[in-house]
Amino acid sequence: MLRHVPQLINLFATLILLLSFAMISQRRIGSLINLFMMQGAALVAASWLLAYATQQPDLYWSGALTLLLKVVFIPWMLQRLIRKLNVRWDVETLINIPTTMLVGIALVIFAFGLALPVSRLSHSMAGGSLGIALACVLLAFMMMITRSKAVPQVIGFLSMENGLIFAATTATNGMPMIVEFGIALDVLVGVLILGVFMFQIREKFDSLDIHHLESLRED
Amino acid sequence: MNALFFVLGIPLLGSLVLALFGHRSFARDVNVLFSLLSFLAACVLTVQVINNGPAWYWSRQFYIDPLNVFLVTLTAFVSLSTAIFSRPYMLIEQDHGKMTPPRMRLYHSMYQLFGFTMLLGFTTNNLGLLWVAMEAATLTTVLLVSVYRTAASLEAAWKYFILCGVGIAQALFGTILLYMAAERVLGPENATLLWTNLNDIKAQLDPTIVTLAFVFLLIGYGTKVGLVPLHSWLPDAHAEGPTPVSAVLSGLLLNVAMYAVLRCKVLTDGALGTAMAGHIMMGFGLLSVTVAAFFLSRQKDVKRMFAYSSIEHMGLITFAFGMGTPVANFAGLLHMTVHSLVKSAIFFTVGHATQKAGTQMMSEIRGLIKVNPTVGWGLMIGVMAILGMPPFGVFASEFLILTTAMREQPWAAPFLFLALVVAFASILVRVLPMVFGDTELKPLAHPPALIPVFAHLLLALVLGLYIPPYLNGWYVQASKMLGS
Repeated sequence: MLRHVPQLINLFATLILLLSFAMISQRRIGSLINLFMMQGAALVAASWLLAYATQQPDLYWSGALTLLLKVVFIPWMLQRLIRKLNVRWDVETLINIPTTMLVGIALVIFAFGLALPVSRLSHSMAGGSLGIALACVLLAFMMMITRSKAVPQVIGFLSMENGLIFAATTATNGMPMIVEFGIALDVLVGVLILGVFMFQIREKFDSLDIHHLESLRED
Repeated sequence: MNALFFVLGIPLLGSLVLALFGHRSFARDVNVLFSLLSFLAACVLTVQVINNGPAWYWSRQFYIDPLNVFLVTLTAFVSLSTAIFSRPYMLIEQDHGKMTPPRMRLYHSMYQLFGFTMLLGFTTNNLGLLWVAMEAATLTTVLLVSVYRTAASLEAAWKYFILCGVGIAQALFGTILLYMAAERVLGPENATLLWTNLNDIKAQLDPTIVTLAFVFLLIGYGTKVGLVPLHSWLPDAHAEGPTPVSAVLSGLLLNVAMYAVLRCKVLTDGALGTAMAGHIMMGFGLLSVTVAAFFLSRQKDVKRMFAYSSIEHMGLITFAFGMGTPVANFAGLLHMTVHSLVKSAIFFTVGHATQKAGTQMMSEIRGLIKVNPTVGWGLMIGVMAILGMPPFGVFASEFLILTTAMREQPWAAPFLFLALVVAFASILVRVLPMVFGDTELKPLAHPPALIPVFAHLLLALVLGLYIPPYLNGWYVQASKMLGS
């Protein structure tokens, strides 16, 4: 079993990257949340495998934290939110999915190039995955730029957090526990605040389209 | 029980107490009381550090040295004077119907919590906790900026959250890379994010990793400093939130982010042995100074204008620390201090001026000196101070930065001069009619609290004329530490 762990971790790493691409091209908000949930699950699997292989109890905890937050609580909250806001079946008009995909591939190549000299130096079993983690961060970044609705922007933000946690897990076998808890707390509070905001934005603008938020501009 | 416990504990307790009673009429006094207590605790901590030297607390998770203790005191002081200012200011806002009791509760509780996160960021020795504190500071200020619940304030808060969230995510990636570099030197069992431990082994940290880490850290924390081109959240957040929040955002939060950049720069310089970090910072700094100076001249909203002025000054500070000579570091620290004092004083007077005129448009604010001479003179003197007129402290620090630039980086000096002149002209042209023009407005219902304004300006004046020896020693120690 132990022999196969690095390969398995790489498998999950590719799965995380694949899900990032799926999220970029997904237009339905409900399905987007499901994809986000799957990405969280893949992240948990990767960290538990690494915990098993390196015998680090901290990584089990960190994985459990991700499971609770990113796979159970936040998706549940987002689903409830879109039901209440009645945007569940909203379809976004995305500009040109093939172009977005091509830009995404370019970003992945860029991320691998950037991470290669560093990941070669990593002691960790899955150090090679640093490039994938960085690619996920950049893809989530792109998703936040290209999306015009509030919920997908938030999911982009959370997916970026997934990429970062994956980077921390694979490059260094997890951050100190106190830091992990702090990050989790910040993410949780952040999502709660954004959820409240969405209701208020909807109330003021009658829509969750961020394009309405353009009155504050330099002229 | 040490002083640090109280420095951190008092604002945290304050936010809990005010979360329960923040809507009552005595809450405004309680807010001042908690700020006063944490300021006193910060003073005690300062005296301890001056007498006994740097100290660690609680299994090395917290570290106080000459660099951060002075920022802790400054933060506690400006928080206190802003709390005093906000007492009558928020009462008037409540009369105008902009604040309701639940919003007052949120405001007071978040004000104290924001103070706590900043103090946590300054005092922690753990770079991971520093990141957590920065993110928490973002979250509390997002709530403060959106407290009026107007369309514009929601928009500003949303932008602020998304942009700073993305920015600060880059800083987390940088922190992870630093941890990875530490793990290579210390091994997986002893790997650490404690700054003092990293500082001890900084020469052995791998240059490739640290270079990449610093770029991410600078982009991340630089977003919060308001460096161009990552600045676009800053004018919106300053203009749409309540004025006490603009004052602490400009005067304090930007300093926390700057401090985070400095801590990372010390490690990077040690690991690389080159001036790479300094060069990047000089580039960002110069860009921010010049771009902000030209944007200044196009503003119509008074709070936006002073927000751009903050970007300009933070750019100048970044440039100074980028040069990295002892004199430049000294000037950078001095400029951080006087900018905090003067800029928050300006926001205090601007707050009352806008309340009186009922608008933030500069073309409709006139004749402050007739309606309320203290507000008028406060604004005039504050603007003179921020524009770098002698004998205020800003003059001293800008003079030092410019002369060092002429000696060390002669190519940059003309840009800095040009930017300062443009900023000078554009601000003065707008402020003069606001202060001296004609008006028929009536005075405010509640007398504004202007003691903080003049206390800040007096301190800035004193710092321009004479820096007391112990304070001077303190700056010199801190700038030596930065010079590695």
